[in-house]
Amino acid sequence: MIEVTHLTKEFGHKKAVNNISFTVEKGEVLGFLGPNGAGKSTTMRMITGFIPPSSGEIKVCGYSLLEEPEKAKSCIGYLPESAPLYPEMTVYGFLSFCANMRGLRGGQKKQAIEKVIETCFLQKVVYQGIDTLSKGYQHRTCLAQALIHDPEVLILDEPTDGLDPNQKHEVRKLIRQLGEEKSILFSTHILEEVEAACHRAVIVDLGDIVEDGTPEALREKSGDDSLQTLFRKVTTTEVA
Amino acid sequence: MFTGLFQIYKRELASYFSQLTAYALIVVFLLLSLGFCFSFGHFMEVGDASLEYSFFRWLPWFFMFLVPAVGMRLWSDEYRTGTIELLGTMPVATIAIILGKFLAALSVWSVALVLTFPVWILVNYLGDPDNVLILSSYLGALLVCATFLAVTSLVSAFTRDQVVCLVVSVFFCAVMTLAGYEPVLRSVNSLLPEWAGEVLASATVDEHYRSAVRGHIRWHDLFWFLSMTAACLYGTSIVLNAKRS
Repeated sequence: MIEVTHLTKEFGHKKAVNNISFTVEKGEVLGFLGPNGAGKSTTMRMITGFIPPSSGEIKVCGYSLLEEPEKAKSCIGYLPESAPLYPEMTVYGFLSFCANMRGLRGGQKKQAIEKVIETCFLQKVVYQGIDTLSKGYQHRTCLAQALIHDPEVLILDEPTDGLDPNQKHEVRKLIRQLGEEKSILFSTHILEEVEAACHRAVIVDLGDIVEDGTPEALREKSGDDSLQTLFRKVTTTEVA
Repeated sequence: MFTGLFQIYKRELASYFSQLTAYALIVVFLLLSLGFCFSFGHFMEVGDASLEYSFFRWLPWFFMFLVPAVGMRLWSDEYRTGTIELLGTMPVATIAIILGKFLAALSVWSVALVLTFPVWILVNYLGDPDNVLILSSYLGALLVCATFLAVTSLVSAFTRDQVVCLVVSVFFCAVMTLAGYEPVLRSVNSLLPEWAGEVLASATVDEHYRSAVRGHIRWHDLFWFLSMTAACLYGTSIVLNAKRS
C-alpha cells in the first residue's frame, strides 16, 4: 500500500531524510518513532505529496506519487501535526468542504459526513464554529477530514498530541480498529502508544532508520524489555 | 486540472462574507469612491455624463491600497493556520487553488463595483449618458482590480507576514498607478536613465485604464491586463511550489 524506496530530502546542505526505505501493507499499523527533528514529519509530508523528495520513489496504492500525484493523493487521508483548520467555519461546513474537495457529492457526501462525525465523536459540536472548540475537538475535527473519503491509506502525524488521557485512549482504539482494513503510518513520541496500537515500529534518527521490527522484537532487543531503553540507545540525545 | 477550483472559490467567498472583511471593504470603498465623486470630482458642477472625470479617474487611487488590504491574507493566512498543508495534500492542482482564491477575491470587488450603481442611476436621471461607455469603464476598473489582486497574490506567496505583504503590495500597486502621471514620469526621467523611465511607463495601468474609460478599450489593453494578471498568478504557483521544496 505504501512503498517508500531510497527516499532522501535535503534542505540546502542539511539532509533531513537520508535514503530511507520501508513498506506498509494493508491491515498494518506502522509506528514512526524518533526524537524531535529526526525527519518524521518531513517523511510524512513527502508521502502525502506536500513536499517533493530530493530523490527516491514513493508509491501509494500502486500509484507513483511523482508521476500520478492526484490519483495517489486521492487514496490518502492525512492528519498534519498541527491539525490545521479554517477557524471561521463550522465543523459541518469544514467537513462538507473537505468532502467536496475529495469528490463526494449528494447523498454519498451526507453519509460520509455523518459517519466521520460519529467515528470522531463530534455530535455535540457539529454546528459550532471551529474557533470556539477546545483543542481536543479541533484535533478530532481534523482527524475527521482525514477519514471523510474512507481512504485506504492513513498518514497521521502525532494524532494524540494535545489530547487528554481519555481522548488519547479513544484515538488509539480508533487507530487499532481502522488498522484492520487500512494501511496506517503514524508518528509519535509516546512509546507506550506504539505497544498499544502498532503492529510494527520503525525508529528514525537524524534522517536514518535505525530500528525496524514488531514492538515485541524491539523490546527484546533492548536487553531489559523496555522500548524506552532501546529508544535512548539508538537515538541521539541533544541537550540544549 | 481545474478539479476543486469551484469548491475553493465557494469556500473563500463564504469566508469573506462570514467575516467583516468583505463588508468593511465594500463600505470603505463606497464611502471613498462616492465621496470623492461628489467632492473632489465635482459631480454636480462639471456636468460630465460619462463619469470619467468625476468618478472613474479616482478608482485606481483607492484600489492601490484597498486591493492589497484584502489580498494580503490570500496565502499568509493559509501558512499561518497551516491549512496550506491540507490543500496541498488534496487531489487538486496548485493552479486550481490559486484561481479559486483569486476569483473569490475578485468577486468581492465585483460586488463593491456593482454597489456604486446609485451614481450610474443618478447620471441617467440627470442627463443622457452613453451607457456602453460607462460599462466599458466598469470593465476597465475590474481589470485594474484583477491586476492589483494578482500582484498582491504574488507578494503574499513570498511572505507569511501580512504587514510586509501589505506594504510591499501597496508599493507595487502605487508605482503601477503613479507611473502613468506626467509629473511623476517627468521627475523619474530626470533622475533615472531613459530605459528605466520606459520600463516604468510600460508597467503603468493608467494608459490601459484610460482607454477603457474613454470607451475605446483596445485588444492590446485587454491583452496587457490579462497577461499581467496571468503572469503574476503563474508566478504565485512557482513561488508556492518552490517554497514547499
